[in-house]
This record gives sequence, structure tokens and C-alpha cells, in this order.
Amino acid sequence: MFTDDWNKLTADERMATRLDAWQNVPIAFASPEVKQIYHDRVQLWRDAIALKKPAHVPITPWIGLFPMRYAGFTGHDGYYDYEKLGIAWDKYHQDFQPDAIAMTLAMVPGKVFDILDYKMYDWPGHGTEQDTSYQYNEKEWMKDDEYDLLIADPSNYWQRFYVPRMFGALEPWSMLPPFTDLCEMPFTAPFFAGFAAPPVREMLQKIMDAGDAAMEWLQAFMAIDGKQMATLGIPQMAGSSTKAPYDIIGDTMRGTRGLMLDKFRRPDKLKAAMERLVPLAINWAVRSADATGNPIVFIPIHKGADGFMSDADYREFYWPTFKAVLLGLIDEGLVPLVFAEGGYNERLQAIADPEIPDGRMIWMFDDTDMARAKQIVGAHQCIGGNVPGSMLAMGTPEQVDAYVKDLLAKTATDGGFLLSTGIVLDEADPACYKAFIDAGRKYGADV
Amino acid sequence: MSKELTDAIVGMREDEALALVKQELAAGADPVAVLEDAKAAMTELGRLFECEQAFIPELIMGGEIMRGISEELKPHLKGTGEAGTRGAVVIGTVQGDIHDIGKDIVVMMLDINGYDVHDLGVDVSGEQFTAAIREHDAKIVGLSGLLTLAFDSMKTIIEDIVAAGLRDQVKIMVGGAPADVQVQEYTGADGWGNDVGQALKLAAEWTGGAA
Repeated sequence: MFTDDWNKLTADERMATRLDAWQNVPIAFASPEVKQIYHDRVQLWRDAIALKKPAHVPITPWIGLFPMRYAGFTGHDGYYDYEKLGIAWDKYHQDFQPDAIAMTLAMVPGKVFDILDYKMYDWPGHGTEQDTSYQYNEKEWMKDDEYDLLIADPSNYWQRFYVPRMFGALEPWSMLPPFTDLCEMPFTAPFFAGFAAPPVREMLQKIMDAGDAAMEWLQAFMAIDGKQMATLGIPQMAGSSTKAPYDIIGDTMRGTRGLMLDKFRRPDKLKAAMERLVPLAINWAVRSADATGNPIVFIPIHKGADGFMSDADYREFYWPTFKAVLLGLIDEGLVPLVFAEGGYNERLQAIADPEIPDGRMIWMFDDTDMARAKQIVGAHQCIGGNVPGSMLAMGTPEQVDAYVKDLLAKTATDGGFLLSTGIVLDEADPACYKAFIDAGRKYGADV
Repeated sequence: MSKELTDAIVGMREDEALALVKQELAAGADPVAVLEDAKAAMTELGRLFECEQAFIPELIMGGEIMRGISEELKPHLKGTGEAGTRGAVVIGTVQGDIHDIGKDIVVMMLDINGYDVHDLGVDVSGEQFTAAIREHDAKIVGLSGLLTLAFDSMKTIIEDIVAAGLRDQVKIMVGGAPADVQVQEYTGADGWGNDVGQALKLAAEWTGGAA
């Protein structure tokens, strides 16, 4: 629970409590001036979320490897060298002064994944070129006949079937019995005998080594983000993450193709599995948000984008369990920051669902008609987006300036808007990126 | 011509479609005619996709049903050697990128539409593209990519095709969700597309046929 009286608070009170805590974060700022800058920046977010007009349009880009390249480093550096990561993050934030810290979470620690022999993705130094971002290996990590296992007991399924496939080093989990075997004393010791097996002992050592590497990364991450907060007054973009149940199953379990076929071949099992995931998806975000004190929940969404299914299928398969997650988060006083990657033009009516209370979440768009998004979704929730990555990588500063000017005129005149990129930015021409920030400041000051 | 079979495939009724194929073969139907009915269904799915009444899952499921039907028909089809008559196409996801779902749909639909398609897979280098263009005397090259790094990879591959003296022989399309005219100009391609409909249109334009 975030506070002792949490169960007595309404959802509105919970949201206010969490936003206050985020805005008044108890860190040592470099000066009272920087503390005020931080306070004012979070106020921009609060006003936008409440569908008010902030002092200026907040600039909150989705950032991947761009700062590394901007500093003359590679993707590999970002995933393995925390000193270079810190230098790059300092330079990017000092030079551009956005209203949210670049997502350091996406600068994954390669060392942890090397130790655990991670199989689901490739990354620089482990299957890709030195200067790319990590890449997912599309395959059916969950088999089509495993829905019943997941539905019966998700934790058991993850621990003993799915996770052993994700990580080569964690295969021996499949040799161990489920924790639910533990109850009376006579039934307990046999459970622990499994831990004497040499492959299991080796696995446990690797888990501890990965734990050390993960802790090293977490400390570096917190120091890097802490520095941007304390010296520049820039808040973190989110304090927790979660996913839509359809994407949990589609992105890294059944795979894009497997999931599409499941919709035809086993629709009832797919729906039952997604229902099982709703409370888990909510709880994941609540636990992290309670720990970080930042109520913004990062939710990237993928498999419901335009072209991936009909409107009818979206309303039947994708939206119900996703909405349940959103409502669960909102009830906890959290603010979903949904990033709808791809096109969402065909989804705008569905997501402007009147059962979601107004002014409680943020919809960030990519390849979507922003004027329509403003009219349909923006009437109820804060929206954001959508400067194209291709323009920032290959366009001209003049094109970027004109795009931002036009975008803000369409979406930000009455507030409720965050200026952002349409994609997680790995590549950009620094002149174009500067034009994006400058245009945001210029046109966002008095739109 | 079995409308029943075509309807079952377009209606995504997998078990019914396979059962019909088995029934028709047992009743002595010409396996080439059965295959034509199945292809007609895929063409209809392509048309429905164009007018946004079918979507990627329908194309993928259609492909799955086709695969099952082809397995049933294979022992009965004696060396019909489906060599496309509309020219050779070499297609792949460019070096550094491993996304392939969109590419696979384009491969399937180009094949059904009579092109001789050579799918090079994912993470394909300029060297592999130029070798394949030479080997198959390709007229059309498709470069697919989803990541922004794919743009530079596409540019390099096209430069390799130029350096190999093959640029005049081929027309090149760039494809994938982020493809647009800016990507086409940056990479030096002849056309661009975000979906299979656009790929089919370009291919038809470049070979002088109907889409």
C-alpha cells in the first residue's frame, strides 16, 4: 500500500496523493532553483493529464539509442559501459533539456543477459552488429497446446515452462516442483531435495551472479537518472510498466503469427488466458509504482494496431482485458501512459470508451491522424505524439519545424497534449532533433 | 470450380476447407483445379485486405490453410513446377533487421500472382542480394525492413547492386511499416510500399501487367 490509509482513499484521492509524492520527491536537488524547475516540470504533466493548458507544451520524447550516438558512442556501449551511458545521458539532457528523462530502462544491461544465456533477443555483442539496438527473436516461446497450463496456474507455467525457455541458464527450473507443493511439514523436505541436483546448483549460482550484475546496473541507472533530476530538474518519464494482456501473450509468448492463428483456432482459450493475466498486469505496475513513487505507468501496445485485426476483433479480443488493466491502474491512483505504436486510426472510437473516467491517462500516438485523435480521444484524455522518426533521421530542420508547428496548432491549443516522437528514437540527425526541441519550445509557449 | 472450397477458405473455416479438399480428391477431382480454387480464395482475401475488410490475421490464416491444402495436393500434383511467368523477384529483409511477417505475406501474394519469387530470408547482405539477382536473372528486388537502421542498410544494398553493374536490370522497391517516399529517395529505390497491395501494384507496373 502506498500510504497507511490507502484502503480508505477514493481513486481521485489516490491519484492526487501519488502525483503530490512525485512532484515533491524527497531528493537533494542541486539548488532551490532546480527544485522549483523540477516542481514546475511535473506541474506541466499534471496539467496536461487533467486536460488543462500547461504553462507550455511538455516535450516528452520516446528515446532509445539516440543519446549514445549523439555522444559518439555505440549501442554496445549503451548496454555494457555505464560510464559512457552516463556521459551520453548527461550530454543529451544538458543540450536538449526535455521535460522527461530518456528511458534509461531501455538501456538494458547486456551482462545480466549474457550470464543468464538469454535466448529471446539478440543484442550488440550477442548476435547483432555492435551499433544496433536489441532485437526480439520472433518464435513461439509458448506452444499452442500450453494454454491450459497457463490458465490453471500462471506462476507455475512461467517458472517451470516458459522461463526455462527464455534463458538457457534457467532450464533447470523445469526440473523443480512448483512451490504450491509446500504445505505440511512431512511434504516439505522432498521439495528441497531437488535443489541438491548439480544443474540446479549451477543455475542458482548464475542467478546470484545475474543478481549482482543487475544490482550494479540498477545502481548506475538510479545514479544517472538521479543526476538529471537533481541537477537539471527533469522528472523520469514513468515509475512502472505493464502491458495489455493480448500483447503479453502475442509479443513474447505465442508470437505475432501464433497469436493471429490462435484467434481463429482457439479463441476461448486465448480469452481465458488473457483474463488470468489482468490482475497480474495490474499488480506488477502497482508494486513498482509504490517503490518508485512515480505514478506514470509505461504501457507500450503493439498487436492491436491498424491492420493487425478488424475493429470488431479489437473490441472482442484486445480491448476488454486491456480496459480492465487500465481501470485497475486508475483505481490505484496510477496514470497509464499508453504508447500506441503503429497506426491507431481505426481504434480511436473504441479507446474513447466512456467507462474510463476523463482526465486519468495519456494516449501517445505514432502513425495516427492527430487531429482526429484530438477530436475523439483528446476530448476525454491527454494525448501526445507523433513527430515521425523518419523525419528526424532523414528530413530537414525546416520540415521538422513546420511539422511541429502544424501538430501543436491541431492538438495543443487547449492543453491536454504532450509533444513527443512517434517512435522510440534510435537514430536522428542532431540538427533535426534540435529543430524538434526548439520548435516545441517556440510554438508550445503560446499555442 | 468449387465455390464451396473458395468460400470456406475466405471464411477462415480451416477444418471445413481441408475436409473439402480430401473429399474432392477422393471423388477424382483434378488437383490442379483444386489448387486454382484455393488460389482464387487467396486472391479474394488479397482484395478484401485492399478494401480493409480483411486484415493481416486473415492473410496469415489464409496462408496456413493454403499450406495445409498444398500438403494434401502435393502427392497428386506431378511436377507442375510452379515457375512464375511474370518474372523473377528477389526479396529479403535487409541486413541488421530480422522482422519478416510483412515480407512473408508479400512473398506469398507475389507467388500466387505468378511471379517467380526467391525469398532470401532475414538479415540479408548486399552480397547475398547481388548474388541472387544474378542467379535468378531477377527483374524486381524487394527490400524489407522495420527498424530505422534498415534505411541505411537498404541504401548500402542498393549501392552494392549499382557497384555490381546490376542496377539497370532491376526495379527496386523498399517496404515495411516505416517506408515512405523519403525512404525511397534516401535509399535510391524506385518505389515504396507499406503493404502487400502496394507491392503488387508496383510489381505489375514494372512488368507491364495488371495488378
